[in-house]
Amino acid sequence: MAKPRVRVPKKAKKGEIIEIKTLIKHKMQRATKDKKTGKPIPRNIIHTFEAKFNGKAFFTGNWDTGISADPYCAFNHRVQESGEYEFVWKDDAGKTYTAKAKIEVA
Amino acid sequence: MSKVRIEVLDRREFLITSGAAVAALVALTNGALAKKPATEVLNELTKGAKPAEGKVKLEMPEIAENGAKVRTKITVESPMTPEDYCKSVAIIAPKNPATFVGKFNFTPDSGRAYVSTNIRLAETQEVWAVAEMSDGKFYIGKATVKVTVGGCGG
Repeated sequence: MAKPRVRVPKKAKKGEIIEIKTLIKHKMQRATKDKKTGKPIPRNIIHTFEAKFNGKAFFTGNWDTGISADPYCAFNHRVQESGEYEFVWKDDAGKTYTAKAKIEVA
Repeated sequence: MSKVRIEVLDRREFLITSGAAVAALVALTNGALAKKPATEVLNELTKGAKPAEGKVKLEMPEIAENGAKVRTKITVESPMTPEDYCKSVAIIAPKNPATFVGKFNFTPDSGRAYVSTNIRLAETQEVWAVAEMSDGKFYIGKATVKVTVGGCGG
């Protein structure tokens, strides 16, 4: 269901602050009841987001049900060296989704 | 005869007390399920401190046609150095069923205390963004959004 998309510039200058955009397809299902059957539908949202650079987390999110479906999140990073980004989303169903991207410091 | 009357009274009394107990239990459950008031969420975040106005720029549309997806941009004034940086910013929507929307945590490597995301708004309301700085101070920014169609499936 969930398929992450990330946009990271391929190149940056040392010390440059870049913008990273992320999007993942996810229902962000609140705990509710089925309108027809009345059966409870358990909560299943992405509750944790992590952005890491060369293994070190520099931006994280603790999300609740008020974050829209298909969560979009853009943020900054000050680039000091070439390396690899890793983005991690975790949901209530115990699933973990990851995306990776590389950046080169000229 | 008098004995029977006593028994009837006892049963009535029992019914009254058990009824009260059920009512109390219902009230308790409702209390637990009810939303946490925004002021309570704010107090938990700031550990009781009153956040100062300023430093937090919360950008939201004045009118949201669709409350299910409202673009929310937050920028906190901070040098973002290891000595002085913004640690986090939390979004509170006081009139949503769940008032705490989310929290975004920064590090000096973030470069800027900035985040852009989409949030759900159940109805027209004033949204709060609460920033925590590395020196332990809290700041708040607010924005009022008029919601034409609610975003919480209500």
